Amino acid sequence: MAENVRPRVKVPSTADAGGTVTIKTLISHQMESGQRKDDNGETIPRSIINRFVVDFNGENVIDVKMEPAISTNPYFEFEAKVPESGTFSFTWYDDDGSVYEDSKDITVS
Amino acid sequence: MTASLYGAVLLAALAAGAAYADEDADLVVNGEIEMTVRAPAPDHVEGLSEIMSGWLFRSDETQAVQMDDFDNPGMIFVDAGRETFNAEIGADGESCASCHEGPETLADVRPTYPKWDPERETVQTVEMQVNECVTERMNLPEWKYTGDDMVNMTALLASAARGKPVDVAIDGPAQSTWEQGKEMYYTRYGQLELSCANCHEDNYGNNIRADHLSQGQINGFPTYRLKNAKLNAVQSRFKGCIRDTRAETFSPGSAEFVALELYVASRGNGLSVEGPSVRN
Repeated sequence: MAENVRPRVKVPSTADAGGTVTIKTLISHQMESGQRKDDNGETIPRSIINRFVVDFNGENVIDVKMEPAISTNPYFEFEAKVPESGTFSFTWYDDDGSVYEDSKDITVS
Repeated sequence: MTASLYGAVLLAALAAGAAYADEDADLVVNGEIEMTVRAPAPDHVEGLSEIMSGWLFRSDETQAVQMDDFDNPGMIFVDAGRETFNAEIGADGESCASCHEGPETLADVRPTYPKWDPERETVQTVEMQVNECVTERMNLPEWKYTGDDMVNMTALLASAARGKPVDVAIDGPAQSTWEQGKEMYYTRYGQLELSCANCHEDNYGNNIRADHLSQGQINGFPTYRLKNAKLNAVQSRFKGCIRDTRAETFSPGSAEFVALELYVASRGNGLSVEGPSVRN
């Protein structure tokens, strides 16, 4: 069971019409690979974020399948072209079934 | 033939150049907190003319990570510390926030510790002070000196003080402890017979194998290290350094390390508190 999971995103509040913005996202998560053993030699069960999705006004922007080799606290940074004012919504899917969400509004001037 | 050889030499020169840090850079965090990363050495530091933050010795990429709180992974732990600060974890439901309005009201703590505590008649580090609250006011078992709770809390206290100059007192009742720390700093330890000063005073700026030696300033602690992807307490770093000389080390929280921390902190009087900083 993942503990202390907290998503965070950074999106500029405004953008030029048709311009690109840099979006940064980070989620604190231990990303336990399932390959490690504890002090008693027992395998520590895998517990990772396995999918990360960003939508803009309901339209998919990126959809990432994530694998166990990804480091703790996964960080994604990407550029997006913003055609109109709207909302970016961010969703992370955990192995344990939890879903973490965040959203940010952006105004196009 | 000559041309390709020249090309190879040029490439090698470029590669070597890239490994070096920008020692002329200025550190401004989030575009607003201006840090003092170089300052005249305090009078009590005979071996240095200028004191320099460890940030200056890191590569451009590592430097950049510390310039934005979103990019700085150490801030994750600051947030965790803030949660603990507000959580009612005490035996009778006390939290840090029941006595202290917020971490911001404790901004003078990090710059002035380790500090003489007149009641206990000893020099106290931030960790010892936190543990005093944890055990006496919250009636909890004491936190491990370099455990997660403790490091997160010291990171929170450091972040509240960012930009303030380190200003530890070395005179008065703290002086004998400071002298003990100074003695340790210049003592050669371990099979390699290295003192702190051999690397961090005589050879800062040089490489020790692949490591670019800094002055060993501790104004940036606790430090997020890329090599272990977590926050590292200053006394854990001391332990690592002494271990690297192939000596039996002292334990974090020991009287020896408290004295060393006071002395090393005093060598950075005038630099800004940077914690949580980012290093490799």
